[in-house]
Amino acid sequence: MSDQVTLSIDGVEVTVPKGTLVVDAAKRIGNDIPVFCYHPKMDPVGMCRMCLVRIGIPMFERGTGEPVLDEDGKQKYMFRGLQTGCTVQVSEGMVVESNTEVVEKARGDVIEFLLTSHPLDCPICDKGGECPLQNLTMRHGEGTSRFDFSDKLKGDKHVPLGDLIFLDRERCIQCARCTRFQAEVVDDPVIAFHNRGRRLEITTLSDPGFDSYWSGNTTDICPVGALTTSDFRFGARPWELKPSASICPHCPVGCNLTFSTRREAKAGGKQVIKRVMPRQNEAVNEIWICDKGRFAYHFVEDGERLQTPLIRKNGELVEASWDEALALVAEKLKAHKATAAGIAGDRLSNEDLYQFQALFREQLGNGNIDLAQRRLAGGDVVAQVGIAKGSNLLDLGAGDAILVVASDLHEEAPVWWLRVKQAAERGVTLVVVNPRETRLDAYAAHTLLYHPRKPLETVKQLVDTAKVELDGELDGLQAAAQALAEANNLVAFYGYEGLSYEETDSLARLLGNLLLMKKGDAVRAGQKNNGLVPVWPRNNTQGAWDVGLHPAYGPGYKKLAKAGLAAEGIYAGVAGGTVKALYVAGSDPIGDGLLAGRGNLEFLVVQELFLTATAQAADVVLPAQSWAEREGTYTSGERRVQRFYPSIAAVGQSRADWQILAQVTEQLGGEKVPFAASILFTQLAKKVAPYKGMDYRGLAKVEKQWPDVGGDDLYYGGNAYNNGSGLGVQWAAEAESKSLEAYKVSDVEANKGKGIQLVSAPALYRTGSLVDRSSVLAPRMAQPEISFHANDAQLLAVEDGDRISLRVNGQVLTATAHVNGQAQAGVAFLRGTAYQPTAVPQRIEKVSEKEA
Amino acid sequence: MEKHILLRHRDVENIHQLDVYLEHGGYEALKKCVTEYTPAEVIDIIKAANIRGRGGAGFPAGIKWSFIPKQAPVKYVVINADESETGTFKDRELLTFNPHQVIEGALIAAYAIGAETVYCYYRGEFMDIGYNCEQAVLDLRERGMLGDNIFGSEFSCEFHNHYGAGAYICGEETALLQSLEGNLGQPWSKPPFPAVEGLYSKPTVVNNVETLANVPPVIMNGAEWYTDMGTEKSPGVKVVCLSGHVKKPGNYEVIMGMSYRDLIYGEDYGGGMLGDRAFKAMLPSGGSGPVVTAEALDAPIAFEGLDAHGSLMGSASVIIMDETTDMVWAAMKMIEFFKHESCGKCTPCREGTFWMNKLLHRIYEGHGTAEDIKVLEDVAKQIKGKCLCALGEFAISPVLSTIAHFLDEYKAKVQVPA
Repeated sequence: MSDQVTLSIDGVEVTVPKGTLVVDAAKRIGNDIPVFCYHPKMDPVGMCRMCLVRIGIPMFERGTGEPVLDEDGKQKYMFRGLQTGCTVQVSEGMVVESNTEVVEKARGDVIEFLLTSHPLDCPICDKGGECPLQNLTMRHGEGTSRFDFSDKLKGDKHVPLGDLIFLDRERCIQCARCTRFQAEVVDDPVIAFHNRGRRLEITTLSDPGFDSYWSGNTTDICPVGALTTSDFRFGARPWELKPSASICPHCPVGCNLTFSTRREAKAGGKQVIKRVMPRQNEAVNEIWICDKGRFAYHFVEDGERLQTPLIRKNGELVEASWDEALALVAEKLKAHKATAAGIAGDRLSNEDLYQFQALFREQLGNGNIDLAQRRLAGGDVVAQVGIAKGSNLLDLGAGDAILVVASDLHEEAPVWWLRVKQAAERGVTLVVVNPRETRLDAYAAHTLLYHPRKPLETVKQLVDTAKVELDGELDGLQAAAQALAEANNLVAFYGYEGLSYEETDSLARLLGNLLLMKKGDAVRAGQKNNGLVPVWPRNNTQGAWDVGLHPAYGPGYKKLAKAGLAAEGIYAGVAGGTVKALYVAGSDPIGDGLLAGRGNLEFLVVQELFLTATAQAADVVLPAQSWAEREGTYTSGERRVQRFYPSIAAVGQSRADWQILAQVTEQLGGEKVPFAASILFTQLAKKVAPYKGMDYRGLAKVEKQWPDVGGDDLYYGGNAYNNGSGLGVQWAAEAESKSLEAYKVSDVEANKGKGIQLVSAPALYRTGSLVDRSSVLAPRMAQPEISFHANDAQLLAVEDGDRISLRVNGQVLTATAHVNGQAQAGVAFLRGTAYQPTAVPQRIEKVSEKEA
Repeated sequence: MEKHILLRHRDVENIHQLDVYLEHGGYEALKKCVTEYTPAEVIDIIKAANIRGRGGAGFPAGIKWSFIPKQAPVKYVVINADESETGTFKDRELLTFNPHQVIEGALIAAYAIGAETVYCYYRGEFMDIGYNCEQAVLDLRERGMLGDNIFGSEFSCEFHNHYGAGAYICGEETALLQSLEGNLGQPWSKPPFPAVEGLYSKPTVVNNVETLANVPPVIMNGAEWYTDMGTEKSPGVKVVCLSGHVKKPGNYEVIMGMSYRDLIYGEDYGGGMLGDRAFKAMLPSGGSGPVVTAEALDAPIAFEGLDAHGSLMGSASVIIMDETTDMVWAAMKMIEFFKHESCGKCTPCREGTFWMNKLLHRIYEGHGTAEDIKVLEDVAKQIKGKCLCALGEFAISPVLSTIAHFLDEYKAKVQVPA
């Protein structure tokens, strides 16, 4: 039997895959059957009754299978009454009537029912202007009401479901999109219906209320103004808002965003970001974003943003002109050419990072550049066996496998967590290997635990076991290994929890070898929907590798004959006096506890958004633009190069990072500054081999995506934005065009000595320079906590719930202790602190509160 | 009737006790099934007997059982004891005084479909009755008649009792299953039918208490014995719940096909109208079926009996109203009930029952206009054919049938005094 079904809707034939719902089939031919409760990303429930249509099934003789014909010799159909188009699957020869008088009347009837309980407060409703109920009322509703106004049920209008989401009980039409999203899509069933009949209402079941990283999405899919964010509510009218495309700057997923901006008098007539919405990219974030991506943008408009360049005069940082500041920077760098070094943050764009390395390598003839901190190695491995071009986690299903090692995706890269979880629900065999239980374990077919003292042992065993055929009784690891070996497609995510940097390098290579194994006749690596995905600590760590912001690699993974100083070397040089001038861009090594202070530096220049601890120690501070004020590109962990666009005016005199760096370059005698980021990107693409042929126009290309959201029919999938600004371009891993040798894995197990192994556990809302500035997220921030094994707790005389202070690397941290079974013996997990020590043994001592 | 088939406690004292039940042939049918018949043979007997669902819908139990996929590893039987239809109180009597016959029927159903677990879902108010059944289950377990290898056969089965929180909608099978799983009691849009995806998404048979009580006697006496009683389309006996303005309200076990007139006026049954007042109208199936007038009195009590009168037998909760009854008031009371019990899941029922209630109150309380009667009728028609489950579809019948038969009474209420 064919997998395709042909049916006719209002006389128009359409062929769709078996299992398609009538409403979706209609959508394919541009027939927007109205819906409220139906959402293309969720199972249908058929409760709003808005999509009623008449459906006819061709009749056949029971015995012979011959079609039953009417008196005119035409096929006879069996019609039932009106049926919900969202719950009925298409079948061969089906006829659907969606434009008859009966159907039109039914739509009007349902609208009339809905409006009897709706307050019709559109003039003060946030949804007004982009409201499915409003639009469908205009299309199908009557102009007047037969319902007596005094009969209306009154409901509470400002019910906080949590810190982030408010409910207006009168506006709610009980479609259950929000509760189903929370239960079915993200498995955080923290909101639910309560009561029944007309008193049915949404309530929160969690404490704190609506405790979910996904809550904001419910406001996008709410078909009325019942759910609003505390951030946007009563902030603007939708028709005043101008959309502009962006990319989320918080994690390596690279979610596509849309800023809704408008000009405001209180901002001096400038564009202001009013809200952040997801922008559809079915290969990246579909139509979802996490609440961090939605609410943590407020640092952009923070009053403490740097406005002008600052120069230290008589010990004080004072305002200066760009000309003066740039001249001074050039002069000092010229003076210290050989002893200069650069530290950059992996939040910066590809253009910024490329220009940064070019400045050092081409103008100063010195490759002493590195990221402020490297947690995860293996960029070179990813370039070879990374997830292949054209892959989409949505395409994985039964028979495929996903391996997640050393990463808590729910905290580090929520949308990957969601997509991996959903893949597992579609039948993908999920194997999770971590030093502690994580939220992904619930969906895993196999979970393995490693001890941070010897993290690679388990993975090595897993990979080795996958190479041999097994039969008979299998233990957990063997079963997991076999599942990986037998999978049709295999995607491996890897991170760094409980691993040293050197260990993550070995981990990448071990997993590389797993992917270089043959499945049948072919090597997995390089095939679509196979490969390695690094869970980088920041949004553009991938880009930093690509453009050569690495002491050992030039642009495009060119291994350098002579490596420059790495970050540790640079920091040691600053203290020891061998590094005389330091250029810091987009990072805060002093504030992050990586660098003790300016040491013996003769010159320190910092290019930043805020006056960070490092900036406070600088000789020159250059104000940079945030990503919302400028354009550029980020490269996601799946190696998708994606464009972001300027949406608001630059703050003060700030300039784009790449621009500042290019101006310094020019002063040092380099090329003239390109006048646009697009030109710089085109230059970059020529040097960075994997980016060959890419340009801004190509990155802006879009194609039709399903489900079809946005646009006129916003009732159909919620008002996540239609993507008109680019789907990005994924670059091909080396394995796609070349056969590769297996990696040599060095047996480095870092010397971990004695004592409790302190491991930083990630938290999505961890205190940090950007998230801290979002007041809406403030009440949700993770609090410092440390969890011990019961034995260790006993040794340290710590009890569950104790507030303890501990000294780590000379820093004193205060946290709440937990003895809750999360930690293995000899490990302590530290969560929610600004300072995140790497996985090395620490002397943990309780210190008195006074000392802290 | 001399000997009851279902209300056997009226003939045999203390039949709710296991010993007494056993003395009177109890569990012989179950024993016969598990030792002599294959599951398919049991289903064939029930199919041949054409036991139609006594919850009101009349769907043949044997056919329902035959829908269960044979290969499915886990299946369930659920007893629907959420007896909530207005004026229905038959399951209550059966479970209170003759529980073993119901349990035996359920175990036979479990054997027939290959289920190893039976759940009995009681309406929340049936707590005391549930305790009663709990004792019956304990007694069975003690005798080794429940659990592993029942009667030494391969058949093993467990039995659990569960109490609802008092919602009419949970009598609807999918809402019942939702509630049984611990979710909010709301029906789902069928398909999937419970026979395919029921409790915990496993194939499930949901049968009414009375339906299952019919099973053991059918097994013992054969299908023909059963089909010899009643009408062609509605064989067997039915417990009718008679209430309202009659002299002797109560449950009566009747052979299908007896007329409503005999039920109301027969000496062994209702014994005539209360105070010998005149009959005005009758609700043959609680609030769910349209009101009928004296024209329907000679119709037979059978699933098809009221077809000609635009109504239905349903669960046979017959509510009699005499000449003193205000029909607008009656309609209002029923709509109040439906409004109160609407689960709120689908729009027409949630909003429509609320709206009809407001209109009926206005009309009844003397603030209505002729326009309100028209809107009321429109709203009822507007609900029709659009609801997710039967509750909403049934909720319109009190309105439409009283307007059809007693429009004058409505008109009188909206008359402006001259």
